[in-house]
Amino acid sequence: MTPSPIPHLPSPLQLRPDLALISEWIEPGQRLLDLGCGDGELLAHLAQHKQVRGYGLEIDPANVAACIARGVNVIQADLDEGLSDFGDAAFDVVVMTQALQALQRPDDAVEEMLRVGKTVIVTFPNFGHWRVRWALLRGRMPVTPSLPEQWFDTPNIHLCTVKDFEALCAARHWKITDRALLNHAREGGLLSRWFPNLFAQVALFELRPMKARFAT
Amino acid sequence: MDQGSVGLVTPQRLDFEQPLALDCGRTLSRYALMVETYGTLNAHKSNAVLICHALSGDHHVAGYHDAQDKKPGWWDNCVGPGKPIDTNRFFVVALNNLGGCKGSTGPSTLNPDTGHPWGPDFPLLTVGDWVRSQAALADRFGIAAWAAVIGGSLGGMQVQQWAIAYPERVRHAVVIASAPELSAQNIAFNEIARQAILSDPDFHGGHFYAHGVVPSRGLKLARMLGHITYLSDAAMRAKFGAELKAATPSFNFDVEFEVESYLRHQGQSFVDRFDANTYLLMTKALDYFDPARDAGGDLVTAYSRACAKFLVIAFSSDWRFSPARSREIVQALVAAGKDVSYAEIESELGHDDFLMPIAQYHRVLKGYLDRVAGAVA
Repeated sequence: MTPSPIPHLPSPLQLRPDLALISEWIEPGQRLLDLGCGDGELLAHLAQHKQVRGYGLEIDPANVAACIARGVNVIQADLDEGLSDFGDAAFDVVVMTQALQALQRPDDAVEEMLRVGKTVIVTFPNFGHWRVRWALLRGRMPVTPSLPEQWFDTPNIHLCTVKDFEALCAARHWKITDRALLNHAREGGLLSRWFPNLFAQVALFELRPMKARFAT
Repeated sequence: MDQGSVGLVTPQRLDFEQPLALDCGRTLSRYALMVETYGTLNAHKSNAVLICHALSGDHHVAGYHDAQDKKPGWWDNCVGPGKPIDTNRFFVVALNNLGGCKGSTGPSTLNPDTGHPWGPDFPLLTVGDWVRSQAALADRFGIAAWAAVIGGSLGGMQVQQWAIAYPERVRHAVVIASAPELSAQNIAFNEIARQAILSDPDFHGGHFYAHGVVPSRGLKLARMLGHITYLSDAAMRAKFGAELKAATPSFNFDVEFEVESYLRHQGQSFVDRFDANTYLLMTKALDYFDPARDAGGDLVTAYSRACAKFLVIAFSSDWRFSPARSREIVQALVAAGKDVSYAEIESELGHDDFLMPIAQYHRVLKGYLDRVAGAVA
């Protein structure tokens, strides 16, 4: 008898690499808000493997329907309208993956995330990557694996480099408590560790409010 | 009849002898509810779904009473084999609420103490009273807990009340185009509708049955006003424009514009099928609904009792029960730590969209309820 094929089971290995890394940063049982949650992949994974309870915010109708069909709590909302529906420190973790650069005011968004969450995790495409710089040197707007759209149809209106983001954190007194930088294979390589601003395609930051504003 | 229809259905009248204590302080010693069911109750009685109707709805949700019927039940596009509320998987229960005029005990039925129609002596009811009577109905079927309670508009208020009043008896609460309580504007519309009825000389203080008349002018006006609020400005513009029916104005008060013709038709057909006292009662139940009031003014506290998972749906063009009101429900449910999803459906018609087969709306409902059915199968 030939063995039957192993059924497809979602595992950390099959998760999108940046989501898999975020998953490692999340503690079991935490209360989570995922901003721009897409089809709910991260929340479904965390609910199954880490007993995480939470909600996704998503604007796209097809993604909202997909989340609901897979049993992920999703709230249809426009991130540019802020997080006024949520109370201070209402969540252990607020996550935003690859959406920061598409917002009207990324800085306001992070401020709001720090208000609503005790910990904030953001990921964004690094505009300092050598492919981006090379395209600009050649006089063209970059089109890269992590920035696949043309300049006229891209949703990414506020791109930044790893250094830009760290400068914003310093200026706003946001405390960076962890950082990971992924290369084109979305894995942490030596080059992206030594020269992050040049070789990291995707940056992950964990932030905390500068001081505990709420007595515990 | 299409394949997705439940086909011919027969309503049944269920009599309840157990007295029902009402929020107004009075008690109904006995009452009847008109009920329709579709699908089959499973052995564990775990696949039952309750549909709560809105202001002018009733127990006839899906299918046809007679092969000659021109129209099916009021939510036939959503309830049937393979439809979002799938009668192949769920046992669906729908009723005419207490105080209604489609066969359940109400102002137009006979008061057993007098032998005459109740009229204005029928007690004013609340959403809480309705839900208590629906719980008696669930008991009658032996249903310990609903797989889901579903309702739009005033029906969505009953869904909220179910989740709060009987937390252990509702697994999923689907609240559509509703609100945590009426706004002042909403109560104002209801008040004008009531005044139209109350000031009709044929109303006779609610005892019009004895005079062999109905306050048709008042009821018609009430319905015309309602219809304006159920439609969006854009939908009315698209449907009727501001075109004269004739080539030139006739300079009188006959029907000259398409929208006038529509409203008069809607008003008149409503008079033929609805009771004025029931209309008054239903609008008051809407006005009184305020779960926060019963929880020290805090909606989060009110919802914190609930055990159900929630799906909240609103429609972008609905201004009578706007998406902002549904977001208030969602916000409070999140603050209470409840499982909730919220979908805002892009729509054009207005409040009436909750009855329309909009693709995204039905995709969301079906996706949610398929999981509910899977969990009880």
